[in-house]
Amino acid sequence: MALLPFFQWCYQTPIGEAIRASTWLFPVIEACHLIGLGLTAGAVLLVDLRLLGVGLSKQPVAQLAAGAQPWLLGSLTLMFSSGIPLFLSEAIKCYYSFPFWVKMTSLCLVLVFTFTVRRRVTRTGSSSGRPLPGRATALISLGLWFGVAWGGRWIGFS
Amino acid sequence: MSPLAFFEWLADLPWSVDLHESQYAYSIIESIHVWALCLFFGMTAMFDLRLLGWTMRSVPVSEVIRRLLPWTIAGFIIMIASGTLLFFAIPLRSYQNIFFRSKMLLLLLAGLNVWIFHSRVFPRVAAWDVDGVPPRAARIAGAFSLVLWIGIVFSGRMIAYNWFDCDRQPQPAIINFLTSCLAAESGQ
Repeated sequence: MALLPFFQWCYQTPIGEAIRASTWLFPVIEACHLIGLGLTAGAVLLVDLRLLGVGLSKQPVAQLAAGAQPWLLGSLTLMFSSGIPLFLSEAIKCYYSFPFWVKMTSLCLVLVFTFTVRRRVTRTGSSSGRPLPGRATALISLGLWFGVAWGGRWIGFS
Repeated sequence: MSPLAFFEWLADLPWSVDLHESQYAYSIIESIHVWALCLFFGMTAMFDLRLLGWTMRSVPVSEVIRRLLPWTIAGFIIMIASGTLLFFAIPLRSYQNIFFRSKMLLLLLAGLNVWIFHSRVFPRVAAWDVDGVPPRAARIAGAFSLVLWIGIVFSGRMIAYNWFDCDRQPQPAIINFLTSCLAAESGQ
């Protein structure tokens, strides 16, 4: 697959150009991205800690997950709407960055996992029975998000 | 000893220089700082949102704070430890960095907000523990916390940029005042 031409096209988009031409835009968008990261982490941790049997362990999983859902979707929207412009501004650097590909792989996996397996587990999970699928779900979710955050931070170091 | 002389002395310590010049240590510590941010900011934000009545309305406020606070404190301790190391890697520049200074000021205000909440608002939680939307005082504390922490994350991220550094003159007088830059030394 020849992805490089696509990355070059991304790099040359007006949004990418505008961000590169500005002193302030990249840092400010990046700070928004960091706020989005914190909010996403909060919405994810609330439920994953519960699945691990800690945190708000007295509350029904389904109820916590339903409460966290709008904040998860909202913070993911903030992440995408800040992350995509950041990517456009340095698409070619990203293409050659190993951490970028770790991040994108983890991100695809965690999004699919969150909206399929994790969604089903949190909807059917009760406060008592069968903790094992819940624990495994939480560990996979946290592990993949860890990969996303690691990759994201190290794009900047490379 | 003036603060400036103190931070110059710190910057010259061998382990500060080692940390500054290390190939991986600084990056790893900074990654830890960001992961701890996820834990700390995430938990704090969810609690603030509960105080505002914007999430988990059916969960008692005291339950949220009792169960989430240990995680918040753990995240905070890692943030302070990793943040201190990051500071010691670049003490002088951080001390004179306008974003570092605004971050410390906002941290103080956030601490004050926590203190007011725990001494004035939270002791009377029994009266509104199960309310979906807590009373005004609690909502204000939640809103202040959220806004202050967003400001702290913003300032923290901006420390990396050198727009207002002392060695980048000329700067407006107000900037040199706020960063304690000795403009005369920089040829002003």
